[in-house]
Amino acid sequence: MITIADVHKIFNKGKANQVIAVNGLTLEIKDGEFLVVVGSNGSGKTTMLNLIAGSILPDKGNISIDSTDVTKLPDYKRSQWIARVFQNPLSGTAPDLSILDNFRLASLRTQTKGLSVGVNDAFKKQVQEKVASLGMGLQDKIEQPMGTLSGGQRQALTLLMSVMDSCKVLLLDEPTAALDPRSADVVMRTADTLIKEFKLTAVFITHNLKDAFNYGTRIIQMGEGLIINDLSGKDKTSLKQNDLFDWFA
Amino acid sequence: MDFYLTALLQGLCFSAIALGIYISMKIFNIPDITTDGSYTLGGVVTAVLLTNHQPTYIILPAVILAGATAGALTGIIHTKLKINALLAGILVMTALYSVNLTIMGRSNLPLINLPSLFTILNVVSDPNQNTFLILAIFVVLITFLIGYLLKTDFGIAMRATGNSESMIRSLGVNTDRMKITGLALANALTALSGYLVAQFQGFADISMGIGIVIVGLGSVIIAETLINWFKLTSVWLSLVLVLAGAVIFQLVLAFTLSVGVDPKLLKIVTAGFVLVIVSLPRLSLLKSS
Repeated sequence: MITIADVHKIFNKGKANQVIAVNGLTLEIKDGEFLVVVGSNGSGKTTMLNLIAGSILPDKGNISIDSTDVTKLPDYKRSQWIARVFQNPLSGTAPDLSILDNFRLASLRTQTKGLSVGVNDAFKKQVQEKVASLGMGLQDKIEQPMGTLSGGQRQALTLLMSVMDSCKVLLLDEPTAALDPRSADVVMRTADTLIKEFKLTAVFITHNLKDAFNYGTRIIQMGEGLIINDLSGKDKTSLKQNDLFDWFA
Repeated sequence: MDFYLTALLQGLCFSAIALGIYISMKIFNIPDITTDGSYTLGGVVTAVLLTNHQPTYIILPAVILAGATAGALTGIIHTKLKINALLAGILVMTALYSVNLTIMGRSNLPLINLPSLFTILNVVSDPNQNTFLILAIFVVLITFLIGYLLKTDFGIAMRATGNSESMIRSLGVNTDRMKITGLALANALTALSGYLVAQFQGFADISMGIGIVIVGLGSVIIAETLINWFKLTSVWLSLVLVLAGAVIFQLVLAFTLSVGVDPKLLKIVTAGFVLVIVSLPRLSLLKSS
């Protein structure tokens, strides 16, 4: 469970370009919940995600994961629970490293990266099998640099990488924003399958209201750093796509 | 011919610096100017310990430690104080000038008639061939160590740090600590070049490091041009090409001198040569497009 309690974050405090990104946000995300976050630009969605991930730290308030207070933990320590897929396909993978090396690092997300050679034939086979499950035909290309792949392929692989090591929370920051509709569909369906299969707690930011409608067990709308709509369970399933459009009217 | 042999030997001496620059520049993407200072530091520490009749097994770790400390300092200034890497390097390099002068107590320390790395082992009677053999063993050993390191899980994390920082942080790596370690490693290697060169030329000099970063940079750029040319991805081949780059660089300089270029102009020739290698891939690209 992720608990965000009365969290504030102000950028450029006291300057002319001051931005109140998150303004006393309180939110509880239950285990196994697939939370969809919508909201207009500047509503604080990405800031909230970065606060959960630890790449920015709050000015005020508390954040805890599984009843561990993580408010002051930096991102590289929160990685023991959290895996991320970034909006930019370039951010989630290392382009000059081979697919295999990328997966090796992902398989050690919660562990120390030691002075032994971990990429061996057994590991290679394991990665090939995982990659084959995507059905993109990438299993024969795992020695290739990640940078030779398309954005869609890289996002799909980033998703797969997130479950290479034990993972509780999956953060998805507009993972399909830079993709063509077909790749976006593949990535979203892969995400949905993995979240169900590994019983992940997921936070998914999107501007695509169709995805927001199709996926998730709960939906919130953010505005000016606060939650202005929150539907879960039956309310989410009975929500109509047009209702969502009305939220932005 | 001896002339070119000396160049080859010098190239081997500089291969450690080339590997150091390869790590800071290509792997971590950090332009590290500490090099000029840590190279001299390596030479100075070697010279002072040699004149105090210390054995190799003390000198070698001392040189590595000195270089690593210099690099770590640059790393700490860069990551913890958030100062531009170039400036952090310049600061440490400048400070090292005084450190080196203090350690030596004078600006030049001759090592004539002292036992060195090249005299403790006498495999072949010809001193030049003997030096070549020892240097070759030394260089193969470091290359093997670095190559192995880059293949380990730690090494992959190192390579990812310079490549995609957001990714590697989300995978649980403290990138600040990684950069400090990387710069320490790079400058330890650089100091090793100072160690080799001081013994090879038989003296340490306070100004021996001026402009030395260009030697490492030139070697790495030669290697990079070849890597891009042949579209190589292998870590081992890349390292071998970096070594080749260091030797080619010295051979080209030897050639310039042998055709009668004034030694005073050597640095300008060096800079010009590096400029040519850097711009060559771009110039050929312009033509084809």
